[in-house]
Amino acid sequence: MSRILFKQQFTEDVFLMRLHAPLIAEERQAGQFIILQTDDDFGERIPLTIADADTKEGSITIIFQVVGKTTKQLSTFSVDDELPALVGPLGTPTHIENFGRVVCVGGGIGVAPLHPIAQALKKAGNHVTIITGARTKDLLILENEMKAIADEFIVCTDDGSYGRKALVTAPLKELCEQTPKPDMVISIGPPVMMKFCSETTRPYQVFTQVSLNTIMVDGTGMCGGCRVNVGKEVKFVCVDGPEFDGHLVDFDNMINRLNSYKDIERHHYKCFVENAFKEQEVEA
Amino acid sequence: MSYIQPEQLAEQARSLLDEYLPKVSSLKVKERQKIPAQEMPTQDPIVRSANMEEVALGYSFEQAQLEAIRCLQCPKQNCIEGCPVKIDIPRFIHHIAQGEMEQAIAVLKETTLLPAVCGRVCPQEKQCQLHCTLGKALKDVDKSVAIGRLERFVADWERINGKTVIPAVKPATGKKVAVVGSGPAGLVVAADCRREGHHVTIFEAFHKLGGVLRYGIPEFRLPNDIIDNEIETLKAMGVEIKTNFVVGRTRKLIDLIEKDGYDAVFVGTGAGLPIFMGIEGENLVGVFSANEYLTRANLMKAFEKRADTPIYPSRKVMVLGGGNVAMDASRMAKRLGAGTVYVVYRRTENEMPARKEEVLHAKEEGVEFLFLQNARRVVGDSQGRVIGVECVRYELGEPDASGRRAPVLIPNSEFVMEVDTVIVAVGNGSNPLISQTTPQLAVNKRGNILVDETQKTSVDKIFAGGDIVLGAATVILAMGEGRRSAEGINRMLAEGE
Ligand SMILES: Cc1cc2nc3c(=O)[nH]c(=O)nc-3n(C[C@H](O)[C@H](O)[C@H](O)COP(=O)(O)OP(=O)(O)OC[C@H]3O[C@@H](n4cnc5c(N)ncnc54)[C@H](O)[C@@H]3O)c2cc1C
Ligand code: FES
Repeated sequence: MSRILFKQQFTEDVFLMRLHAPLIAEERQAGQFIILQTDDDFGERIPLTIADADTKEGSITIIFQVVGKTTKQLSTFSVDDELPALVGPLGTPTHIENFGRVVCVGGGIGVAPLHPIAQALKKAGNHVTIITGARTKDLLILENEMKAIADEFIVCTDDGSYGRKALVTAPLKELCEQTPKPDMVISIGPPVMMKFCSETTRPYQVFTQVSLNTIMVDGTGMCGGCRVNVGKEVKFVCVDGPEFDGHLVDFDNMINRLNSYKDIERHHYKCFVENAFKEQEVEA
Repeated sequence: MSYIQPEQLAEQARSLLDEYLPKVSSLKVKERQKIPAQEMPTQDPIVRSANMEEVALGYSFEQAQLEAIRCLQCPKQNCIEGCPVKIDIPRFIHHIAQGEMEQAIAVLKETTLLPAVCGRVCPQEKQCQLHCTLGKALKDVDKSVAIGRLERFVADWERINGKTVIPAVKPATGKKVAVVGSGPAGLVVAADCRREGHHVTIFEAFHKLGGVLRYGIPEFRLPNDIIDNEIETLKAMGVEIKTNFVVGRTRKLIDLIEKDGYDAVFVGTGAGLPIFMGIEGENLVGVFSANEYLTRANLMKAFEKRADTPIYPSRKVMVLGGGNVAMDASRMAKRLGAGTVYVVYRRTENEMPARKEEVLHAKEEGVEFLFLQNARRVVGDSQGRVIGVECVRYELGEPDASGRRAPVLIPNSEFVMEVDTVIVAVGNGSNPLISQTTPQLAVNKRGNILVDETQKTSVDKIFAGGDIVLGAATVILAMGEGRRSAEGINRMLAEGE
C-alpha cells in the first residue's frame, strides 16, 4: 500500500504524483523504476521510472502519461488514496561518472526519467547539454527543471509551436559534428526516437545510452517478458537494464514486442473509458 | 481408459466397502490385493479443458477408506524410505482405514506442513508409491496404494470441515526472523520459527504469497483456496507479511540484519530464472517462457475477463519441454482457447520428468505429444510474429551417464510446423538478484546458494533452502529444506541466549 501525497496534472494526459514509499526513496538511484498496480487482484503490473525522491518526506515522484487502462485508472486516483501495490526500486542504476561532455536527449514523457539522470551527471561534474522535444508546445514537461540543470538547453517541437521546429535528432547531429564532439549521449523517449538517436550518433561513434521501456510482468528477472536483443546477447531489461548501448539494441524487435498485445490493450482501454463515462452519466 | 463419472466411482466404492468393512481385521493379504485400486474422480475432460477448476476432484470418503484398506501395513515400510520427509505413511493410512481422520491428519502434521499441496503435486510414482509392496506384488506401480491421493483426502477433510488447528505459539522470545520468499520453503520456515515464539516477517517480491504454488502451478491442479488457507494459518499465528518487497532491491539482504535488526534470515527465493533454448527467432512476438505465460494466467488472472493483464491470443501452440512446467503450460494454453497444443520433447514418454497423472490428464484434454523432436529455429512473419517452428528429429542412442538413453539427432530431418505461439519450458535457473547484491554469499557456478548440513550459508545468521539451493526441484524437497533450516535457525537463536 502506498498513499498518494501529491498530484499534479501537466498536460491533458500527463500527470505527476508523489507517493509515500520511504524505503524506495532511501534505496533508489538514478535510472531505477518501480512497478505498480491500481488493483492487486485484477490489475496489471506496470513499470514507471522514479523521476525523483525525497528521503525526508519518504516519497518518490512518478510522472506518467495516460496510454492505456492502468495509467488511465491511475490518473483518477486522488491525494490520500492508497495505491494497492508498489514495488521497487527495480533495475540497475545508471552508471554515473564524469564522462566530460554529455548530451541528454528527452522526448515526450521520456524527459521524466531523464531528469534524475541529468541531475546526477551534472553533479558528477559533466558538461550537460539537454535536448528536449515534444510533438507540440503543450506536451513539453519539466522545462524549468531541466533548464536549471543544463549548461546548454535546446527545445524542439515537431510542429514548431515552441523552440526549434525540428526532431531532436537534428540538434543532436549538429552537436556530434562539432569539436569536441560529445563523450556520451543519453537518449530517453519513445522507442522510435531512441532508435533514430542511436542511428544519428552511430557514424560519429559517440557512445549512446538508451533506456528501454519494454513490456514487463514481475520486474525481477523471473519471466523474460522484457527480453531484448543487445548485440549477440539476450538481455532482461528489468534486471540487466533498463539502460543499454543504443548502438547494439535491436529496436525493431523491441518495437514489435511492445506491440504484442496492442489490440487487447486498446480494447481494455476502450471498455474502461466507456464504463467510466457511463458511471458519470448515471451519477449525473 | 474411458471416463467414469465421480458418482459412479463413489457408488462402486460404497458397495465394495460394505463387503470388506465387516471383515477388515481378518482380511488376508491375497484378499487385500484383490480390492480394486481406487481411481481418482475427475472433471469430464471435455468440460474441464474449458474451465480453470480443479481437474482431480478427490476421493469420496468411501473411496478413501477402501483405498486405505488396500494397504498391507507391511512391516518393512519401504514407502517411508521413498518419502523425502519420511511421513509415517502406514500409520496415517491405518487411521483412514479405521475412519479416524483426525488422527490421520495429526500423523501427517508430524512431518509435513502442506499435505494438501503435496498430496496434489508430489511425484508419488517416483517416491513413496514406487516402493509400495502392494504395487510390487501386483507388478504395476499404478496399483500401489494411492498414498498421495490419501494424503490429499485427509488434508482436504481437515480444511473443508473447518478442523484446521492453528499451531500453538510459544511465548515471545524477542528474536526476529526474516523469511525471504513465500514459496513452500519460506512458508514452512515461517511456521516453524514462529512456533518457537520468534517474531517472523515474510518478505515477498510479488503482491501475492505462495511462490510457484501461486504463480506457476495452475488453479486446475492446485486451487488458490488451499494456499490461502495455509497463509491464513500463518497470519493467525502472528506471522507478519510484507508483499511487494524485493530483497536485494527494496532492502539489501545484509541490511535486514544490520539495519533492521533481524537475528536470522532465511533465503527461499526459488529458481525463478527462465532458461531459453538459445535458438534463432526466440525473441519473436509469440514466444514466451513458461514462467511468463503461467504468471500471466495464474498470478495475474489473465484467464478472467475482468483482468487487465493480457494473454497472447493463440490458435496453435507449441510447448517445448517434458516436465511439470510443460504440462501446466500446455494445459493452460488449451484452457485459454488454443485449438491445437503440441508438447515437443526430445526424448520419449518414458523419460519425461513430469508427474504421470499430469501427462495422462494432458492427453485426455487433447494435448498432442511429439516425442523425439526438438525445435531448432522459430520462424516469423514480416511483423516479427511467430508463424512456425523448424523442428528436427531424434532417435534414442546408448544410455548416457544418467543411465537414460540419450537422444541422437537424425541428420537432415528438419521440418516446419505451423504454430503461432511457442512456450519454452525447458527449465529454470536460480535468480541472481540476491547473490549479485550480496557478494559475500557463496554460490556454486550455477548460482545456487551453498549451505552446510543445517542449511546455513557462508554468511552468519543467513540460512537458505528450497530451489535456490537445490536448483529447480520439488515442493516436498523445498519443504524439507525449510524444515531443516528452521531447526537450524531455532537452535542458533536458542544457543545465542
Ligand atoms: C509450473 C511449475 C509446476 C511445478 N509443478 C510441480 C509439481 O507438480 N510437483 C512438485 O513437487 N514441484 C513442482 N514444481 C516445482 C516446485 O514448485 C518448486 O520446486 C518449489 O515451489 C520451490 O519452492 P521454493 O520455496 O524454493 O521457491 P518458490 O516456490 O520458487 O518461491 C520463491 C518465492 O520467492 C520470491 N522471491 C524471489 N526473489 C525474491 C526477492 N529477492 N525478494 C523477495 N522475494 C523473492 C518469489 O517471488 C517466490 O514467491 C513446479 C514448478 C513450476 C514452475
Ligand atoms: S519483467 Fe519479467 S523478467 Fe523482466
